[in-house]
Amino acid sequence: MSLLSLSELGVILRGRPVISGVTLDIAPGEFVGLIGPNGAGKTTLMRAALGLIPAAGHSALGALPPAQRAKLAAWMPQSREIAWPVTVETLVMLGRVPHLGAGQRTTPADRAAVESAIAQMGLGPLRHRAATRLSGGEAARALIARALAQETPLLMADEPTAGLDPAHQISTMETFAALAAQGKSCLVSLHDLGLAVRHCTRLILLGKRGGQGCVVADGPPADVLTPERLEEVFGITAAYLHTADGPLFQPLRITR
Amino acid sequence: MNRVMIALALLAAALFSASLLVGPAGLPVGDSLVALWQGGDGPVAMVMRQIRLPRAILALMIGASLGLAGAAMQGYLRNPLAEPGLIGVSGSSALGAVLAIHTGAAAMWSLGLPLAALGGALAGVALVMGLAGPRGGSLTLILAGIAISALAGALTSLVLNLSPNPFAANEIVFWMMGSLADRSMTHVWLAAPLMAVGWVLIGTLGRGLDALTLGEDAAGAMGVNLPRMRIVLVLGTACVVGASTAVAGAIGFVGLVVPHILRPFVGARPSRLLWASALGGAVMLLVADIAVRIILPTQDLKLGVLTALVGAPVFLHLIYKTRRDGI
Repeated sequence: MSLLSLSELGVILRGRPVISGVTLDIAPGEFVGLIGPNGAGKTTLMRAALGLIPAAGHSALGALPPAQRAKLAAWMPQSREIAWPVTVETLVMLGRVPHLGAGQRTTPADRAAVESAIAQMGLGPLRHRAATRLSGGEAARALIARALAQETPLLMADEPTAGLDPAHQISTMETFAALAAQGKSCLVSLHDLGLAVRHCTRLILLGKRGGQGCVVADGPPADVLTPERLEEVFGITAAYLHTADGPLFQPLRITR
Repeated sequence: MNRVMIALALLAAALFSASLLVGPAGLPVGDSLVALWQGGDGPVAMVMRQIRLPRAILALMIGASLGLAGAAMQGYLRNPLAEPGLIGVSGSSALGAVLAIHTGAAAMWSLGLPLAALGGALAGVALVMGLAGPRGGSLTLILAGIAISALAGALTSLVLNLSPNPFAANEIVFWMMGSLADRSMTHVWLAAPLMAVGWVLIGTLGRGLDALTLGEDAAGAMGVNLPRMRIVLVLGTACVVGASTAVAGAIGFVGLVVPHILRPFVGARPSRLLWASALGGAVMLLVADIAVRIILPTQDLKLGVLTALVGAPVFLHLIYKTRRDGI
């Protein structure tokens, strides 16, 4: 059974339906990019799937008790809030919170998970720095490392590449792809369609129909990003090339 | 981190002993300690066991309570300017006490005042919880707390305004400055159980507070039960602050300044800050209580006045330092 399984999920916020009728499954080994214009409900969908906000319909994760869910799914919210000047190492260690019993101290296994997450995100030189003093991109990487340290079979992140330089955008996408290759599931919302096309194995396109968000298309990148859908959902035209270097996607013009 | 805790514990122990040995009676150190240990009916034993011991114990307990609650409140709200009084417990507890003085209940029965203060704290917390609702973010909690504080403050002023005689008004004003003078073991026994409950409640919050460093959404996804955390925090704070206010009056600034000073020494981790702040609060209040006895032994300088006088400049300095560091 897949970890992320939604059927007819709908969310009403402040009396307004934001998303409705979302049904999807994400299998192990998939790196799924969640795309769509601003306000299509990407964040709402992920929060509802995690059970962080009340929702109609069914979410397998949302139905679990929070403590159990936290061992299955790690979540990296869009807001990169770090309230206190803890060290990067301490911040990454927070990912082990779901695995520790009340009053239990960290074990070698916890420390190994933290070390591996720090290494994966290249945070070694920063490990003793105060997390509040990192640059935006460094903080983003530290927070991704935190989610990795949670060692869950499912990883969900809301715009993890926003604000990163190109090299770190690519390495972040490769990190998620590598996790998927290990048999984990990744669901990541993205605004950079070029990154999504190059790295994701599957795209879910959210769009607005009748004022509320719903899944417009779901499948391999080349099948999802057709000229008709780009026009309908994003209001743009784009070049989509299949090169020897892999797929290339570049938005071109606004159509409305 | 452990070194900080050990240093604070040793300091608190030393100050506790010093608190036992300082007083207007000017007793010799050796005699006092023997009398404290052996008891008996002599005047030295009376002074030690019935005046100085409860005073030192109360300073320790109340300081620890205010420091602990302050650290928890700052961690939960992710705001270094938060303090235990923010949720309206201090204000409503003070209102209860003032009502007891005004109606004469405090004069008729020695426990009238502390019990009325506890009742006020309880009523205030019930109102705050009702206003803030079971779910929702920390902002609603702050707003509800401020509303209740303002209401309690207004009602306290009203009682003062309608006070029938200047003596009652005087007593109310003095009580609101906070003091540990003339407290007995009865006060210790009244406050101790409630504070112990509060310490245990707040003590369970450490890991959740750590997780909240990343915000409510991330903490929720890490399995932290936020609605439950909020109830435990509010009840725990109500227990410790309500009990403190009930026996010692309003003592400000401890819960605000102590966590702020100690945060860099524990690597800013909220769970570690909890217990460091408890020890730090005890140290600060013991120092303040010794100071009021040394500085103006004849004038009854109030404890709350001194903590505010010392706390506010220290706080200003910290703000200045923070600004200079360019945060």
